[in-house]
Amino acid sequence: MVDALNGLIVLANFVLIPATAYGAQLALGALGVTLIYGILRFSNFAHGDTMAFGTAITVLVTWAFQSLGISFGPLPTALLALPIGIAATSLLVVGTDRAVYRFYRKQRAAPVIYLIASLGVMFVLNGLVRFIIGTDDQRFTDGERFLISVRDFKAMTGLAEGLAIRTTQAITVVVAILVVAALFWFLNRTRTGKSMRAYSDNEDLALLSGINPERVVLYTWLIVAALATTAGVLYGLDKSFKPFVYFQLLLPIFAAAIVGGLGNPLGAIAGGFVIAYSEVLITYPMKRVLGYWMPESLEPDGLVQLLSTDYKFAVSFSILLIVLLFRPTGLFKGKSL
Amino acid sequence: MIGSLFRGMTRRDLLLFAFVAVLYIGTAYVQSWNTVLGMVNLALISAIMALGVNMQWGYAGLLNVGVMGFVALGGLAAVLVSVPPTDEAVSAGGLQIVIALLLGAATVAAAVVAWGKMPPSRARGFAVAGILLVGFFIFRAVFDPAVARVEAVNPASTGYLGGLHLPVVLSWPVGGLFAAGAAWIIGKSALRLRSDYLAIATLGISEIIIAILKNEDWLSRGVKNATGVPSPMPAAIDLQTDPSFVERVTSWGFDPVTASTIAVKLGYMALFLAVLVALIWLTQMALNSPWGRMMRAIRDNEVAASAMGKDVTKRHLQIFILGSAVCGMAGAMLVTLDGQLTPGTYQPLRFTFLIWVMVIVGGSGNNWGSVLGGFLIYWLYIQVEPIGIWTMEMITSGMADGSWLKAHLLESAAHMRLLTMGIILLVVLRFSPRGLIPER
Repeated sequence: MVDALNGLIVLANFVLIPATAYGAQLALGALGVTLIYGILRFSNFAHGDTMAFGTAITVLVTWAFQSLGISFGPLPTALLALPIGIAATSLLVVGTDRAVYRFYRKQRAAPVIYLIASLGVMFVLNGLVRFIIGTDDQRFTDGERFLISVRDFKAMTGLAEGLAIRTTQAITVVVAILVVAALFWFLNRTRTGKSMRAYSDNEDLALLSGINPERVVLYTWLIVAALATTAGVLYGLDKSFKPFVYFQLLLPIFAAAIVGGLGNPLGAIAGGFVIAYSEVLITYPMKRVLGYWMPESLEPDGLVQLLSTDYKFAVSFSILLIVLLFRPTGLFKGKSL
Repeated sequence: MIGSLFRGMTRRDLLLFAFVAVLYIGTAYVQSWNTVLGMVNLALISAIMALGVNMQWGYAGLLNVGVMGFVALGGLAAVLVSVPPTDEAVSAGGLQIVIALLLGAATVAAAVVAWGKMPPSRARGFAVAGILLVGFFIFRAVFDPAVARVEAVNPASTGYLGGLHLPVVLSWPVGGLFAAGAAWIIGKSALRLRSDYLAIATLGISEIIIAILKNEDWLSRGVKNATGVPSPMPAAIDLQTDPSFVERVTSWGFDPVTASTIAVKLGYMALFLAVLVALIWLTQMALNSPWGRMMRAIRDNEVAASAMGKDVTKRHLQIFILGSAVCGMAGAMLVTLDGQLTPGTYQPLRFTFLIWVMVIVGGSGNNWGSVLGGFLIYWLYIQVEPIGIWTMEMITSGMADGSWLKAHLLESAAHMRLLTMGIILLVVLRFSPRGLIPER
């Protein structure tokens, strides 16, 4: 019995808790991708770098706050800086919409053209972020490190294995829940949110009933800026901030959005967690967990690690391929195909 | 025959090519011929990659965002074909690794057969998942010990299986074949869906290919780099010690050391140029044949083309494989030129997105446009950095030495490349979407 519990604690400590935090970050990223897909109808390749831009600004403001002696008590100062990061990112994405995408909207260009334009934006943002903050790893977490540390947990329960919950992990999940709740309230209850859904469902009908498309697009970009910056800052708090890593996040984020069904916000959240749990579970060596769960005679010799962590992209990619092959509209019906 | 090579070229196109030639010659006078020849060789390879992407995007409207992966696969082919085998490693586990890979392939095949033969039901899902899971564990049980033995063989200098020790030029078509195989897998699963999915699938496969090259030490030595890819050219050092060469170049008034490196670069240039010309000739013939017209008809109106009885998905798969094979070949040529495979240097911005800028700026759908774009954008890519540093030095010249801003600005000049390439792509896409040499 105690063994089974100890096994569960190891699993929770190394797989469930990190994967939940990672899943929440992916879900927020995928929500941004899926909203742009639903309203503007293209896959935004610049999303990873938008996240990086928002995070870079937030990191700079955090440092400014820290040097002024402003802090948020036990919570990371970055949360105080987040609104400023969101504001800067909003200016950026609305600016790129005015400068780049609006022209193609007027032309009613094919989605592929938007996609290539977003590649151009990606390049520019890539350069911009490196220009602002450089290419190095930046850590900007402060405040209390642990909600529950391994030692406290062991003292509390008397078990052999410990469980740690880092503050950043708890904050990630709490913030993600708040953001998602606010987003769904906005989409389902407010006039603007309803007009966004109408526009996404049927553009012509929405235009006929007097919805102003430019307004819908503007609100979409503002929401996307908030989602992308929040996702980026939470990921950076949890791990660290490095511009190139954010570019690489593009793949799991797209996989999450597609697995859930592109254009479907609920699907994006589910997809984020599906990708995160599979990625962490498949790349985690299960030896210690199985050591507790299996009888001693059957205890595994190897690490029982299905894939090395270097192949975590392969996991999201395989899930993506399976979904594309067998259920191209995603788990929840997206608007694809 | 020659006519088809230049079909549709106008005087304006020739002037554009002349302009690019002037850029390179001008650089030669400012910097040196040696530098410029190195640039020309890389520009030739980039132009071949651009030709491959142009086949996919320009002829058929397919979005390949994984060029880097196909290029890297081609590079792997260069190592596997040309490097001498590590005999000790091969005897330690070579056969077992091959058996493991065959077992893995057999597992996938069995799963596919089971999926096809069994009636759609829940049992089918479990059966296929079971086959894959059991097969995976058998594969790992055979594979892992063999890999461990191979990688233990003298890890500081080899620790991998090596290659077949065949002439390196042979690896160019083999690189094309490797890339074609990967393209077939991707195309089969993603081509029947909307275009964004192909883009995302190719992005994914390229990241995975790079991850494999970086981590499978038994195959490519990983980040330790597989060096010693034999050169098809005599080494510069051999030329310098060859009395007849030294005598001849000194009689022409050259320094033997410089002359030998230039001679080697010229040799590569001749090889690459031969490949490029052959490819342009083939692509021009194809584009102006009924097949090329069919491709463009499919691109412009898929519904109409399929109503005329054209199998759109099959044609798309065909052109996707062909274009990827060209990229793979260019990748093998790149590794041949470098003499080593360095998985750490494959950056998507350099090997995927820069090629896209070349195709769009040059003129999508036009083969000569891709070549022009390849040369022009590669020149810019190389020269933007010194230009950026120079600009920053001008801007910061008034600032006090040692100021924080000055140091930051000077340091950031290196990132001007990405910014400039992005702006060029956006400006061309908006104001001249058909590119410098439009499709005709």
